[in-house]
Amino acid sequence: MTVATVLEPKMPKCWRQETKPHKFCPGCGHGDILKALGTAIDELGIQDRVVFGCDIGCSLLSWDLFNCDSIQTHHGRTTPVMTGVKRARPDRICIAYMGDGGGYAIGSQHLVNAASRNEKILVIVANNVQYGMTGGQMAPTTLPGMKTETSPYGRDPESTGNPTLGPEMVAAITPASAYVARGTMANLRQLTQMFKKALQNQIDGNGFSFVEALSACPTNWRTNAAKTWEFVEKEMTKYFKVGELKAPAKKEGQ
Amino acid sequence: MADKPIQGEKRMFMTGNEVCAYAALAANVDVMYGYPITPQNEIMHYWTRLAPKHNRTFLQTEDEISAGFTTCGGVMSGKRCFTATAGPGNTLMQEAMSMAEMMRIPAVFIIQQRGGPSTATVIYSQQEVTMTCFGANGEGLRVVYSTSSHQELFDYTIKSFNVAWKYRFPTFVLGDGYQAKMRESVTIYDPEVRGIKMVDTYPLVGLPGMPGVDRDPAHLRNTYNTEEELYEVVKDLVDAYEKMAPEIVEHSTMECDDADVVILCHGIVSRAAIEAVRNLRAAGVKAGFFRPITLRPFAKDALRPIAEKAKKLLIVESSQGQFAKIVTDALYGLTTPMETIFKPGLGITSDEIVNKVKAMI
Repeated sequence: MTVATVLEPKMPKCWRQETKPHKFCPGCGHGDILKALGTAIDELGIQDRVVFGCDIGCSLLSWDLFNCDSIQTHHGRTTPVMTGVKRARPDRICIAYMGDGGGYAIGSQHLVNAASRNEKILVIVANNVQYGMTGGQMAPTTLPGMKTETSPYGRDPESTGNPTLGPEMVAAITPASAYVARGTMANLRQLTQMFKKALQNQIDGNGFSFVEALSACPTNWRTNAAKTWEFVEKEMTKYFKVGELKAPAKKEGQ
Repeated sequence: MADKPIQGEKRMFMTGNEVCAYAALAANVDVMYGYPITPQNEIMHYWTRLAPKHNRTFLQTEDEISAGFTTCGGVMSGKRCFTATAGPGNTLMQEAMSMAEMMRIPAVFIIQQRGGPSTATVIYSQQEVTMTCFGANGEGLRVVYSTSSHQELFDYTIKSFNVAWKYRFPTFVLGDGYQAKMRESVTIYDPEVRGIKMVDTYPLVGLPGMPGVDRDPAHLRNTYNTEEELYEVVKDLVDAYEKMAPEIVEHSTMECDDADVVILCHGIVSRAAIEAVRNLRAAGVKAGFFRPITLRPFAKDALRPIAEKAKKLLIVESSQGQFAKIVTDALYGLTTPMETIFKPGLGITSDEIVNKVKAMI
């Protein structure tokens, strides 16, 4: 007699099983990044206190991903919506999740000012160097020379500038109590730790927390698995240095 | 608990912006989010002076887009929140207002109209009627009160919070720069002494209990995958709006029963119209006056029989026909002759209306 065993895919406890499999394309970085975030939420035991906000663009597909109260907002506006929630309910743990277009282009004024005000929220930008949902246009983060639908001959820094360095900018305008880091889907253990520290920083009421996560879009990059990983690990890190830029010292007694 | 900001009733002499700040305090508002723009600034000025004394808070945002969206976030947290803006700020805030329509966020917006288009003047107009009633990519599923005096600014600001939270549609107090900046007498009061109970607020996110265990998570969205799916959602929104409409629609009339000419106007222009009707009646001219207080929903059923009975109609507004479009839409099919006084961005006196009516008969 054989016993059929069904292998349950391992997922964070705070993920909502009923909405799995998730809605992202195969190979997309969002699933991995949100898994790291889910692990961080589980390990901190804050699932019932989280209010998760997602943007427009592929990030919106996470609107029902968690077993957490969630709001899908407008393009670039997740930061102010989560700011509004946090200001009205300081006991909530507010996470604003968006892509590089939402964070660095249409919502950049919100990111800059939320960081300057040291809002006690966590902003996560998944950086896949182009606009995914609209079909692969150039983003503020597109690498020099990279071909996209709106830079078909390759991004020319002379006419379109250089890739936006989000964490570097945020680190420059936040006080020492902010947490700022850049992680990558290629190192989920490190990314999980970054999310944990960023969330702890909010829990401690220190200040603004910001994590950029290098992500992949094989659909629009038109890359196979090997090329996708090569791009994330080798090409993107030439421009976007992975690591912590600002980590507040632990308060005494913690 | 801190003392009530307004004890009982008080007769005051103050600006309209100050009235709005006091009304929000009296209505037990928790948070105001805002960005400076004339002529609404003093709402923030008074709020920031009064609010900390009563454990209320304020956030000055980076722009009106953010003011609109932070207000939505605060409201979704279950708090009574509002913002105030005008002109180009109203334009920027339309994005958040459309999210409020779609997600039925009971946010309150105070609009003090200034001149338009563009930067125009910081002073006065009625040129934000179309935008406030029907702005953004939506169906105008909003409640809009057009006030004409400081007393109404106070009364309807309080009422807006209750209507917003009872029916869950974004609600607007549509004032203007004249009402915002001038001083006049007003009775401010604790709503309770007038028998007004503030409608309870409740969180849409951040609910108690472990989501997925004790309860389902709140998954709030405004994006849909197919035309059919969206159609069902919007149909439900429209149905809920139309069900609410007869319960909240408001208008006022004066001497319409035997009127040869009925003057149609809204907001502060009604004050000139009331004066004009008095003067005309004194001169033996049968003039009447109809004023919608809610521009959305519009008092179509009340207006049609009056308009049908009148010999002539006169539409008066400080814009180039924005109000007239709402009126003519409501009166489709009637043949009563109609004339207009359109003065975009300009105040209108009773004498102008009197002379026009006399020329019409």
